[in-house]
Amino acid sequence: MNSPELENASRRQFLRTSALAGGGLVLGLYIDAAESAAKRIAKPSSVVETAEFKPNAFIRIAPNGVVTLISKQPEIGQGIKTSLPMVIAEELEVNWKDVVIVQGDLDPVYGSQSAGGSRSTPTNYQEFHRLGATARTMLILAAAETWQVPAAELVARDSAVHHAASGRKLDYAQLVAKAASLPVPKPETVQLKDAKDYKLLGTRIGGVDNPRVVTGKALFGIDVQLPGLLYAVYQKSPAFGGKVVSANLDKIKALPGVKHAFIVEGGSSLKGLLPGVAIVADSTWAAFTARKQLEVVWDEGPAAAQSWAGFTAKAQELSEQAGSEVLRNDGNAKAALDDADKTVEAAYSYPFISHASIEPQNCTAWFKDGGIEVWAPTQNPEAGQKIVTETLGIPKDKITLHITRSGGGFGRRLIPDYIIEAAAIAKQIGVPVKLTWSREDDLQHDQFRAGGFHFLKGGLDDKGKLIAWHNHFVTFAHKVVKDGKESLELGSGANLSGDEFPGRWVENCLLEQTPLECNIPMGPWRAPRSNVLAWVFHSFIDELADAAGRDPLAFRLEILGDKGFVPGTGQQGIPYDVNRMKHVLRHVAEKAEWGKKSFPRGQGQGIAFHFSHLGYIAQVAEVTVSKAGKLKVDRVVVATDIGAQIVNLSGAENQVQGSVIDGLGALMFQELNIDKGRIVQSNFHDYPMIGIADAPTRVDVHFLKTDNPVTGLGEPALPPLAPAVCNAIFAATGIRVRQLPLLRTDLSWS
Amino acid sequence: MSNYTVNINGTPRTVEVAPDTPLLWVLRDHLSLVGTKFGCGIGQCGACTVHLDGQPVRACLTPIAKVGLSQVTTIEGLHPRGEHPLQKVWQELDVPQCGYCQAGQIMTAAALLKKNPRPSDQDIDTALAGNLCRCGTYLRIRAGIHRAAEVAGKEAI
Repeated sequence: MNSPELENASRRQFLRTSALAGGGLVLGLYIDAAESAAKRIAKPSSVVETAEFKPNAFIRIAPNGVVTLISKQPEIGQGIKTSLPMVIAEELEVNWKDVVIVQGDLDPVYGSQSAGGSRSTPTNYQEFHRLGATARTMLILAAAETWQVPAAELVARDSAVHHAASGRKLDYAQLVAKAASLPVPKPETVQLKDAKDYKLLGTRIGGVDNPRVVTGKALFGIDVQLPGLLYAVYQKSPAFGGKVVSANLDKIKALPGVKHAFIVEGGSSLKGLLPGVAIVADSTWAAFTARKQLEVVWDEGPAAAQSWAGFTAKAQELSEQAGSEVLRNDGNAKAALDDADKTVEAAYSYPFISHASIEPQNCTAWFKDGGIEVWAPTQNPEAGQKIVTETLGIPKDKITLHITRSGGGFGRRLIPDYIIEAAAIAKQIGVPVKLTWSREDDLQHDQFRAGGFHFLKGGLDDKGKLIAWHNHFVTFAHKVVKDGKESLELGSGANLSGDEFPGRWVENCLLEQTPLECNIPMGPWRAPRSNVLAWVFHSFIDELADAAGRDPLAFRLEILGDKGFVPGTGQQGIPYDVNRMKHVLRHVAEKAEWGKKSFPRGQGQGIAFHFSHLGYIAQVAEVTVSKAGKLKVDRVVVATDIGAQIVNLSGAENQVQGSVIDGLGALMFQELNIDKGRIVQSNFHDYPMIGIADAPTRVDVHFLKTDNPVTGLGEPALPPLAPAVCNAIFAATGIRVRQLPLLRTDLSWS
Repeated sequence: MSNYTVNINGTPRTVEVAPDTPLLWVLRDHLSLVGTKFGCGIGQCGACTVHLDGQPVRACLTPIAKVGLSQVTTIEGLHPRGEHPLQKVWQELDVPQCGYCQAGQIMTAAALLKKNPRPSDQDIDTALAGNLCRCGTYLRIRAGIHRAAEVAGKEAI
């Protein structure tokens, strides 16, 4: 299914489709890389061999020595298409330059292919070692048989097996036929390399698609081209979940280039196929242009009465009451607050925001002969397949799903709404069609990061120790009906775990939660929950440290205490290693010279830490705030502990620096207003994103290797940024930021 | 619909499209030059940056009827072998994450370097202010432009 066919260069086209055994089509995206690797290392030979060495679904070695590795997870900018194959290549003892990486289609042979929750590395790391080691073991055995020497006398390196005693060497290319004839050993029996012998892991390796990125070759979902391709747009109700009453389809059908215009009935799931109007034309621009004349009468439904202003007022009202659900109740927080030497009260809030990946959602689909072929920039191909089966009744085995590179993910592409829209349109018209969302569609029909409100009280004893913590969290939920009973289900990413720090650490701790019903789609946004909870809790901890007259670092170390390993509690309990967190916290403080530098007014340092996605991260931000209130982040120092090994140092550093800048962008600018059940903003002119001028001058990244399992880095470096910066703003100006984004707070000082 | 012959990467190309069709969609849908990216359609993100007679412009806001005799350069035509100093350095420093905005970043940076072979951080921030990178690769973009300036300087010698 994933063959990067080697073709004659003269036949090379920009993007090709080629018929395969299964009757499918494959994008010719990887041909250049394969050709160039083949040219580089192929041995001239008059004999055409066809047998490959294919010890498992992820590794193929051709008789010409080209090593093809399958990347099974979607590449969304997190670097997984480079890093996981590096793990195989390390164990396989193959030269990286001889390797061609091919993106796997959706196929059960690869296991889970969803890329979310920073899970791709922790769930695959060990297995990928074994995949590579299995192949290496077989190549060594093939050489041992060829030479009739004990395998123990042989070593593999540089894509060859060496026999030191006799000075002989066989390239992998020469061993392909023999290795292919050997039985495949059980993966758990093969010998893995000792980490001290790693040559590739931990080095800086450039992204495998970089050559195509910098020359503008087709890579992304939106770049897919097919013979006879048509271009679609899909108009949904501006108010979430509205239904189509009527549309001026006759007028639309008569417009230049328009081939089809029809109403899609759709359903009520905000994550599924929503009602709308499809316009299909012979070019993207013809479809966009026709859409400007589309007039739809909508039945907007209950969302139309909802607004951010309304939600804010309601949250304020609820803050006076007890929460509808108690998430944690340790000791007696109310009594402890009454008895405390000092108390601090504060309300924090943050808005709904969009993922705003720069590649808008899009998907290409071709329905024919009762089956469908889909090309999707997706983080979650399994969900795409599932929704096509469930909504359109196309059986799983009649769905071919090609995973394209994604122009950013950030959690947005875990939800397959755009895939089912393209598939539904394709099923109706029976020719290949590419659905392209406009930026306005993308911003106004996202699966949004939920807004939220926290009403906090903290108590200190006479030594300035934190003894009481009370949070009433007002959040968002959808109404669901199960077995005829209505209930509220919290939005994705809108929930709070009772284990979230400082739950489990403060002896008197009351965490309450009250949901507000809404019809706004909600979904995971990079480091779900953590991306805002870290800001709220570490900002408030800073307020308490200040009230106690304590150093913010010492205050935090005291809260963490000497608990060692703290097991999770409750249904979604989160185990937490206090020593790992203290380690990164002390390290970042040392590297940032915490408490050793003096700053003039208008400049300062702030500190924060957060544990999420199995990663322990601490950050110190240094900022300058001008008298007029303009913020400049001068430097961010990051210490991370994500286990025993950094896979790709270049990619890891890029992820951390990107997380810092992404976190800063969300902190400074991002905000969606909601009125009449719809998003008010429409594009980047009224939804600004961080630009290069606001990026920090420096981001210093320190990776602390510890004897722990290797975990992911797509998300955990983001959450501590916002509180570190806001705490630095407080240190610089005395102004406390309690509302996001930052532009809501006047930072000017005199 | 009208016929337009425009000069793209040194080659005259003829397309039959509506006069208001943005150059972006002519490149992508009609000429199979998909390196120029759609991000916002209103000139706010810079993903569609191309050169018109050497000047960086937003292809999404440039109607085909206005291109006339101008020389259009896209990322595919920036260098005949894809070896512009920026293209080499972008790989050397591993600048991209998702990579979607990078053609636009490189095209804007190439125009900057032509005008200003030794830009300061400030010059870079000003010139690239309109090119969003959602992944936040701005530090490597800055470093990449400085490094390309260095490489280009040496190559010129």
